Amino acid sequence: MTMATAVRLKFGPSAAALGALLALAAVSLFVGVSELSPGALFSDPQALGLMMASRVPRTLAALLAGGALAIAGLVMQALARNRFVEPSTAGTTQSAALGVLLVTVLWPEAPLGWKAAVAVVTALAGTSVFLALAHRLPPTQPFLVPLFGIVYGGVVGAVATFAAWQLDLLQYLETWTTGEFSGVLRGRYELLWIAGALVALAWWTADRLTILSLGRDVGIGLGLNYAAVLRLGLVIVSAIAALTVVVVGIIPFVGLVAPNLISRFAGENLRHTLPWVAGTGAALVLSCDIIGRLIRFPYEIPVGIVLGVVGAALFLGLLFAGRGDG
Amino acid sequence: MAEAAVLSGAASPARRLTLTAAVALLACAAYMTIGLRGDLALGLELRGLRLGAMICVGVAVAVSTVVFQTLTANRIVTPSIMGLDALYIFCQTALVFALTGLGFAGIDPRLQFFGNFFVMTGLALALFLPLLGRRLDLGLLLLTGVVLGLLFRSLSVLLARLFDPNDFAVLQGAVFASFSRTRPDLLLIAWLITAAGTVVAWRMRHVLDVVALGEEAAVGLGVSWRSVVAGLLALVAALVAAATALVGPMAFLGLLVASITDRVAGTGRHAVLLPAAALVAVVVLVGGQTVLQHGLGGEGTLAIVVEFIGGIIFLVMLFAGVRR
Amino acid sequence: MIDISDVSLTLGGSVILDQISLTLPKGGVTALVGPNGAGKSSLLSLIARLRPLQTGRITVDGHPIDTTPTRQLAKVMAILRQDPGVASRLRVAELVGFGRFPHSGGRLTAEDRRIVAETLERFDLTGLASRFIDTLSGGQRQRALVAMTFCQGTGTVLLDEPLNNLDMFHARELMRMLRKIADEHGKTVLVVLHDINHAAAHADRIVAMKDGRIAAAGDTASIIRPDLLEMVFGFPMQVETIAGRLTVLHHA
Repeated sequence: MTMATAVRLKFGPSAAALGALLALAAVSLFVGVSELSPGALFSDPQALGLMMASRVPRTLAALLAGGALAIAGLVMQALARNRFVEPSTAGTTQSAALGVLLVTVLWPEAPLGWKAAVAVVTALAGTSVFLALAHRLPPTQPFLVPLFGIVYGGVVGAVATFAAWQLDLLQYLETWTTGEFSGVLRGRYELLWIAGALVALAWWTADRLTILSLGRDVGIGLGLNYAAVLRLGLVIVSAIAALTVVVVGIIPFVGLVAPNLISRFAGENLRHTLPWVAGTGAALVLSCDIIGRLIRFPYEIPVGIVLGVVGAALFLGLLFAGRGDG
Repeated sequence: MAEAAVLSGAASPARRLTLTAAVALLACAAYMTIGLRGDLALGLELRGLRLGAMICVGVAVAVSTVVFQTLTANRIVTPSIMGLDALYIFCQTALVFALTGLGFAGIDPRLQFFGNFFVMTGLALALFLPLLGRRLDLGLLLLTGVVLGLLFRSLSVLLARLFDPNDFAVLQGAVFASFSRTRPDLLLIAWLITAAGTVVAWRMRHVLDVVALGEEAAVGLGVSWRSVVAGLLALVAALVAAATALVGPMAFLGLLVASITDRVAGTGRHAVLLPAAALVAVVVLVGGQTVLQHGLGGEGTLAIVVEFIGGIIFLVMLFAGVRR
Repeated sequence: MIDISDVSLTLGGSVILDQISLTLPKGGVTALVGPNGAGKSSLLSLIARLRPLQTGRITVDGHPIDTTPTRQLAKVMAILRQDPGVASRLRVAELVGFGRFPHSGGRLTAEDRRIVAETLERFDLTGLASRFIDTLSGGQRQRALVAMTFCQGTGTVLLDEPLNNLDMFHARELMRMLRKIADEHGKTVLVVLHDINHAAAHADRIVAMKDGRIAAAGDTASIIRPDLLEMVFGFPMQVETIAGRLTVLHHA
């Protein structure tokens, strides 16, 4: 009983948080260049069409991408046993972008699904290299891992930029490196549901992932198939990162900020915190997308740029806020 | 890096410097002459301008990196890794944003540069003096710098988009220089600042030797630490501003130059370190540009290649430092 | 019962363990002692299948450790390595609850919850149950980790230098706890110890290792002898009986 009362996040806060997320989604449905009021949905068939073809997909895409990226960050942190890493600071997203570039060159008319598949493979390769090297850094110096990851991502990105420059594809590369939801329409975001399914998979295996974050020796001692769980985590991270890159482009820092905020209040037992982390990531990305739509109305600022600012500022805050209570 | 191997023997610093200078001269000569055809005078003038820009950038980056590394007592921290060039670009974007908003869009770019330079130096001092004073763990210091750099970069892009959502690319082109599009109008100013900064650093070379011993030893030897550190930081900011204004940000050029210089100079004395770093930077930039222009890649890719090699050197140093 | 036969370990060309054969009966506390580099921790890692077995054969309660599924083994033996560096923000009750993972796969049953609550009580952790482990002192943390290991409910418990970083009070408490686990629950406890006096005071049996071999093994009283200890540790020391206890004077 002590366990249950000590650990369970109360029902009240979850309901309130879910309500807030739904309210945010409702706002997102009615914010955009073409004016759209709730009343018009019933009287104007064109308004309904716009809603179903553009606003609903866009809002869903932001929620799915945000939630999934937050979980990718969470899993990445369990894999690397370091709370300051996420796909965009571990070379995962950059490797995925390199993969998409590769497909675009070799097979320009490839359907989105195939592009995504190749991006998943390159992201897996890039992340495996990151993890293999990161595990060799001393655990006593936790800041070296994200530092290594950011520069490693930069090096992979430089390879992609060089290739894009040579092939005159810099414009294309830009669309994958700057996350943006303005191009999301019905029929162009559905791959993100796979990312959503991966979040469910992560929740299903939450206990194993938590044990993974306790380290190899503890994991094996508890009878965990350590290598298999490590591979599963790697696949979840790489696939989520690659799918979001292919559909909307790089959205940085979500995977870093959301898990760290939640861990402060609710700890890191993933079975309990995972839905909170996903919700925080979804809310963060959706609000940044709404900000991007409003800040220079009627023009749109890509969500990747807004999050670059908001996320980097929050990251710095996390780096230094954590130093007091060490 | 061929010269590093040649020089790894026990040659005297003077001989090492002479050899490096010879290699640098060779690189410049090669850059000016290889593949020259058509209108000789025009070709030479164009190349001369760009050579001038590259030498200026090389010297500015080399001197600022050496001074900054001495200040932080460390061979892996450089001004660009700590986000200083991103800070410059952010200030520049913010200034253009503000000036245009107030109706001063047509202001002389040189005047703009100076305004920007003061704002940036002020911000750099405000940000980095406390950071350096807190004696952070090296990993945290570096990570903070890298994230600050990411923040400034995103802020610049955000401002540029806000400023002109339709033509932000045009604005970026006008505001952000690159190696393929240097800013000839700022060449003279950049040269003046680089020359002045280099002279100041040279005159302070013995103070720098003492600063390299660390705060306690330096204070013990009569250095007024806070004012010297503030002054050196301002010097670094000025040099970074000059280099970034000419060719844009180069995150790992400083590191690449500093790590080669370490091998070439074979001493920690700034009387050797400063000129050696400057010469190495010229070899890297001019030599690299010559090779890329006539061999692999094409002329526009120097920044990307330097980024790639410098990034790998950074990672190698990170792991080597851990193992030590 | 732990049965080790003909186990050798070679790492990077150097021999770490050389043809070890050893049988530990069921029940009781066995202390594994020896100088640094004797191979104590390596042997423990091999038994706990944290390292792959190169040659020879190890069984725990009849389960060969190299062919039995790892989840199955986790119900037979539990291992606590020295400073596993657990950095997660888990609550004490959650951490201890993960000891039930081999049985429940993470979804705690009512039975599991009862065992967790009992374990918390036994290790005097009930008051700390909802604290995050990164807010605990070193001694409390170690206690929580031992509690998790105990909560696994295995017949065999392996511990690698569990007294590291503990002060005298907590070190004594932990050793008494291990004694109690063995006496009241009939568990087989194998513990690597640095302090020979803790071994003398709390262990039923001592296995002394030197240079990758078993130098001596037997009842505590038969091992705590000046000639044997000098042979193992390489310097003379005095053994006295003080207040009825064998005490090794090795400090001066």
